[in-house]
Amino acid sequence: MKNIIQIKNLNKKFGNHEVLKDINFDVHKGEVVCVIGSSGSGKSTLLRCINLLEKPTGGQIIYKGENILDDKHDIYAYRTKLGMVFQQFNLFNNHTVLKNCTVGQVKVLKRSQKEAEQVALKYLKLVGMGQFIHAKPKQLSGGQKQRVAIARALSMEPDALLFDEPTSALDPEMVGEVLKVMKELAQSGLTMIVVTHEMEFAREVSDRVVFMDKGVIAEEGSPDQIFNHPAQERTRVFLSRILK
Amino acid sequence: MIQSMIEITAEYWPMFLRGAGMTLLIAITGTILGALIGLIIGVIRTIPKPDKGWKRVFLKTIDFLLACYIEFFRGTPMMVQAMIIFYGIAQVFGIHLNVTLAAIFIVTINTGAYMAEIVRGGIISIDKGQFEAAQAIGMTHVQTMTNIVLPQVLRNILPATGNEFVINIKDTSVLSVISVTELFFQGRSVQGATFDTFATYFIIALIYLFLTFTVTRILRLIERKMDGKEHYDLSGNQMQI
Ligand SMILES: Nc1ncnc2c1ncn2[C@@H]1O[C@H](COP(=O)(O)OP(=O)(O)OP(=O)(O)O)[C@@H](O)[C@H]1O
Ligand SMILES: [Mg+2]
Repeated sequence: MKNIIQIKNLNKKFGNHEVLKDINFDVHKGEVVCVIGSSGSGKSTLLRCINLLEKPTGGQIIYKGENILDDKHDIYAYRTKLGMVFQQFNLFNNHTVLKNCTVGQVKVLKRSQKEAEQVALKYLKLVGMGQFIHAKPKQLSGGQKQRVAIARALSMEPDALLFDEPTSALDPEMVGEVLKVMKELAQSGLTMIVVTHEMEFAREVSDRVVFMDKGVIAEEGSPDQIFNHPAQERTRVFLSRILK
Repeated sequence: MIQSMIEITAEYWPMFLRGAGMTLLIAITGTILGALIGLIIGVIRTIPKPDKGWKRVFLKTIDFLLACYIEFFRGTPMMVQAMIIFYGIAQVFGIHLNVTLAAIFIVTINTGAYMAEIVRGGIISIDKGQFEAAQAIGMTHVQTMTNIVLPQVLRNILPATGNEFVINIKDTSVLSVISVTELFFQGRSVQGATFDTFATYFIIALIYLFLTFTVTRILRLIERKMDGKEHYDLSGNQMQI
């Protein structure tokens, strides 16, 4: 299987607070990796380091055979290759749904307006938001916003999509519609790294589950292995706490 | 009294008109250019600073200079600034500025100092998530600013800019100290000819009121226009792009 991203000895400190310690992990093409772990264990920081919203303090991130932490690497081009879906949606409030999905394509990827709109519409339809292209973010529900955010990320046609607790800010009745879209994306072969507290989703959809604890990857394996036969005591403790 | 106001207006209306025109010219140009300066300074002051290196020292120095500029112009009366700039430059450098240009220049840098703070507040008030989302799709700081942040900041600072504009219409009157022929200056000339102080300045007051009132209404309209429709239309299958 082909690696998309390879993370080697990744380290992140805020001041002298070491939030990520010697993280090693690979993501293969088409793989869905779910990252679980208790609050403060460094899951968000890991995702944010992967697309360089935070600057790692040590280690390597290998993408297409190159270490993107080298100073000379073009981080802007690299970021277009990784989509990001945030807990708080973070839609551009001044733009319509359609423009949210085209502005990056036009300004960053230099696609024509027409092509960008076609691509955007394709993905907006995929997430079931094709009818709402003229709406402004403030006119949408949380679940609708998050689906637009997913379409915005997809419109850049990235190699992988990173999700940071995409359903945690949603009212319970809207969680389902977002998870359904994510499930469809996973089945379509998209590479995804998903930080989530939705254990049902992790168990059902992921190819691999990564359990983080206090800034290290404590255990990783297939969903069956992690959920049914965890090797580590702390994995067991975490799961029993969250699944009860 | 009404009789004398009508007579004065009938005789001196061209002076009033020219004065009002000059006042508007200085206020409009000064406000727009000042807002532009404020925007540029606001953007510069919010450039993310690296933890170390020469770039940090450079940005810090610029920050300090801009803070000096803002403090000086916000902390001193425009009338005094006008004297210093107009007569000071003439005395020290031997350059005689055109009074209209000097007046516009003074209003501009004054407005710039006020707007810089307003813009900075406007930028800070945009939630960090939108900056991050823009970064995450590969936008640079400049692209993020021009496509995402500044359009929202512009909308947010519009009321404050309108306010500045109204203040500028009134405050240009202090520029009569450098003999620019704005409305108040014309008023003094008319008063000198008619000796009817009350009637003359009452007319002047009405003209100021008319200017500020009209400007306020127009700005309201623009604000409403910028906010767009309350509702969106669902697009059906006829959507063609
Ligand atoms: N910008 C920052 N400055 C300082 N410390 C930070 C910063 N961001 C995160 N941290 C710290 O890093 C640690 C890990 O935070 P992180 O947000 O990655 O956890 P998480 O696993 O995503 O938690 P949650 O499930 O609550 O989202 C926490 O102790 C947090 O306080
Ligand atoms: Mg988090």
